[in-house]
Amino acid sequence: MISRLYGPRGWIVLLCCAAVVFVVFPVLNLVVPEGNPLHVTAFGVTLGGKIMCYMIVAIAMDLVWGYAGILSLGHGLFFALGGYAFGMYLMRQIHADGQYHVDMPDFMVFLDWKQFPWAWWNSDSFLWCVFLVVAVPGLLAFVFGYFAFRSRVKGVYFSIITQALTYAAMLLFFRNATGFGGNNGFTDFKRILEIPVTTPQMRMALFAITGAALIATLLLGRFLVTSKFGRVLAAIRDAEARVMFCGYDTLWYKLFVWVLSAILCGIAGALYVPQVGIINPSEMSPANSIEIAIWTAVGGRGSLVGPIIGTGIVNGAKSIFTVAFPEYWLYVLGLIFILVTLFLPEGVVGLARRWRKA
Amino acid sequence: MVRFILIALALWLGAPGAAWALDATTITKLATGDGDEKAAAVTSLAASGDPRALDVLKAFADGEMQVAGNQVLIVRDGKAVDAVTGASVTPLPESRDDVVVNNRMRGEIERAMAGLKLLSPDRATRQAAVKELESGAEDSMGPLVKRALAAETDPGIKESLLLVTAQLDLKSSDKAARIAAVKLLASSSSPAVKTMLIPVADPSEPDEDVRNEARGALRMVESRLARAELVGLAFSGVSLGSILLLAALGLAITYGLMGVINMAHGELIMIGAYTTYLVQNLFRSQWPGVFDWYLALAVPASFCISALVGMALERSVIRWLYGRPLETLLATWGISLVLIQGVRTLFGAQNVQVENPAFMSGGLEILAGIVLPYSRIVIIGFAAVVLVAMGLLLAKTRLGLFVRGVTQNRAMAACVGVPTARVDTWAFGLGSGLAGLAGCALSQIGNVGPDLGQSYIVDSFMVVVLGGVGQLAGTVYAALGLGFANKLLESWSGAVLAKIAILVFIIVFIQKRPQGMFALKGRAVES
Repeated sequence: MISRLYGPRGWIVLLCCAAVVFVVFPVLNLVVPEGNPLHVTAFGVTLGGKIMCYMIVAIAMDLVWGYAGILSLGHGLFFALGGYAFGMYLMRQIHADGQYHVDMPDFMVFLDWKQFPWAWWNSDSFLWCVFLVVAVPGLLAFVFGYFAFRSRVKGVYFSIITQALTYAAMLLFFRNATGFGGNNGFTDFKRILEIPVTTPQMRMALFAITGAALIATLLLGRFLVTSKFGRVLAAIRDAEARVMFCGYDTLWYKLFVWVLSAILCGIAGALYVPQVGIINPSEMSPANSIEIAIWTAVGGRGSLVGPIIGTGIVNGAKSIFTVAFPEYWLYVLGLIFILVTLFLPEGVVGLARRWRKA
Repeated sequence: MVRFILIALALWLGAPGAAWALDATTITKLATGDGDEKAAAVTSLAASGDPRALDVLKAFADGEMQVAGNQVLIVRDGKAVDAVTGASVTPLPESRDDVVVNNRMRGEIERAMAGLKLLSPDRATRQAAVKELESGAEDSMGPLVKRALAAETDPGIKESLLLVTAQLDLKSSDKAARIAAVKLLASSSSPAVKTMLIPVADPSEPDEDVRNEARGALRMVESRLARAELVGLAFSGVSLGSILLLAALGLAITYGLMGVINMAHGELIMIGAYTTYLVQNLFRSQWPGVFDWYLALAVPASFCISALVGMALERSVIRWLYGRPLETLLATWGISLVLIQGVRTLFGAQNVQVENPAFMSGGLEILAGIVLPYSRIVIIGFAAVVLVAMGLLLAKTRLGLFVRGVTQNRAMAACVGVPTARVDTWAFGLGSGLAGLAGCALSQIGNVGPDLGQSYIVDSFMVVVLGGVGQLAGTVYAALGLGFANKLLESWSGAVLAKIAILVFIIVFIQKRPQGMFALKGRAVES
């Protein structure tokens, strides 16, 4: 089992990464004093946590796109839904510390609502919201995927309707009447489980949890793609008609990986929100979802490490460019899209593989 | 004794006549009274119908009125005039206080001035004044309106004035006058009249005859309003449909016929709009005399520029991705990002101003309250012309024949000597040029900014997907259908919910008929 997932060298690399996340980062952030050049700032920790969330999303994307050949342009929706589900709990944890000093989110007081909308039922319970983080994206993906895959919608058609789905959801969440804060979304979080979110320890804890989730996602993905299930999935990607004629019901294979991918996105979104401190409907914009695809494409589809590397490269470049040359970032991102699709169909991982062979 | 009374009466009667100038106490109240007194003064000044009153009110509204001691002055350009007598006051008194005007006063004045403007010699001024009064006239305006009615010669304004008097009569206590007023109001088609009739048709109205009459009148007004609303709805549906059609036609060629997903299509629309902007600037600076004709150059220019950009894209990027639709999608998305940022660098992130030619501003008023803007009418016509031209091009020309051939069977077309690669480039250029035309049209009715295309890309894909791939007819039906459905839903659920409903409908529809409304028939397992 262990040897099926990774060879000895792979496990060593993974352990090293885990050590960096769980030991080196906390020490450099919490123990090393602020003036020291090795000190990792709070901004650095947040940025690292954010990118790790994106990496989980990229792996989820790779599972459906790289292994099952389904390009989703709506993964930002599942990410945002997970974020909103957990955000509800965070909003309830503000208690009466908001602008209006009422035990209700500010935007509801502002809209003069006396009661919580139905979607907020039980939202002050941590466990219920954690359940929603998994259940809402999962259920939506199941219903949508069931009908789409059953009617054999695939390829570009599928991509375009997922885009329409996230676009429609974005419009819906922009409305104040929907009950999730309109275009401001949720922000100004104070605590989780009654512990303040802004302390360095809490920040580090969230960072470490995200790291653990990332590693777990990677291992789960690896477990899936090396199993028989993974083989069937790849076969569906390459020749769905033949798989069907061999007697497999491809619907359930695709649906399983699709729902799993959505749930992983939801979890990533839930981890993202307390670290970044805001969730609003722009996370559902079609542009965000397409960007997820490019993280995966840059790293290399069909290899689970690829998306992690790709996400790191693209978001690292984004962090540098948007600070140093903000007006050039879109050029760079656009060129990444064009050049990767034209010259690097297998991404950075494929390039490394080719280079090693040569 | 009798004599004395007669003299006193004569004096009292004569007094107003002798007040050649305005009433001094009213003016003083206007300048120094409290809010209610001021409002009353404004109303009484307006009701006097004196042309000088208009001037005083204007000065009051513009903050040109000042008080020096007991005297109320109108100070313009450093010269003072007594507000009561109109005599000029020199020298200018040293200590003067401004008369403060607040928003409430401004509202009062506006309404009052509308009454006074009824007597203006200028027809347009009178018409505007009547419009203002139609939405609610004060009782005190009654005599003034009647005077204006007697003096009015223009039949259109006369009719409006009659309606206004009817509104006023409705509030009177004379039963005959009220019934006559209701009868007159029944011929109106303005929403303001409807709200005015509702309380009279209510069971709480004491007079039964008036109530019954009012109910009949209300029904007539309502049915007329409903008809007008329907016409307006149909028009906005066709208008939106024509815009969607323009935006989607190009996509119908590149995606529908060639199978290339072009996410940069919206940006080609944007390029068309910016080309129109540049042509407009060129005309403004070089040939201002023929500015109204700039569209004659802008239409071909936007077609050509967008087509050239599209052909360049096809040659450089898209060509290498044929047969890999998902990669094409990502690459063209990248292109769209670069194009957006390029336009931002060249023209700035702000929207630019594209001015309509004179013949496209204004609108056609078919019924009261329903104005069809000329710009939208022109765009509907333009979309129709483009559609016909497209159809002819595909059906009658050699290029159209080649495009259809390559669409149906690429390998066979190549075998019989069709230069497929060149046909691809031309067809892509054609689709891009159509996007440019859409941009030119959109620049006439909306904002032109770097994000222009982004807002149309989802919509135009929906049109093509709904209409079915490989068909122009499907695109037309889908565009018009979506336009109508959108406007219809919008009228009872609001714009955002309508849009969401449409998107959800399309998502469900695609599950049922993955090939769109008008699919080419076939039995292939893999499409």
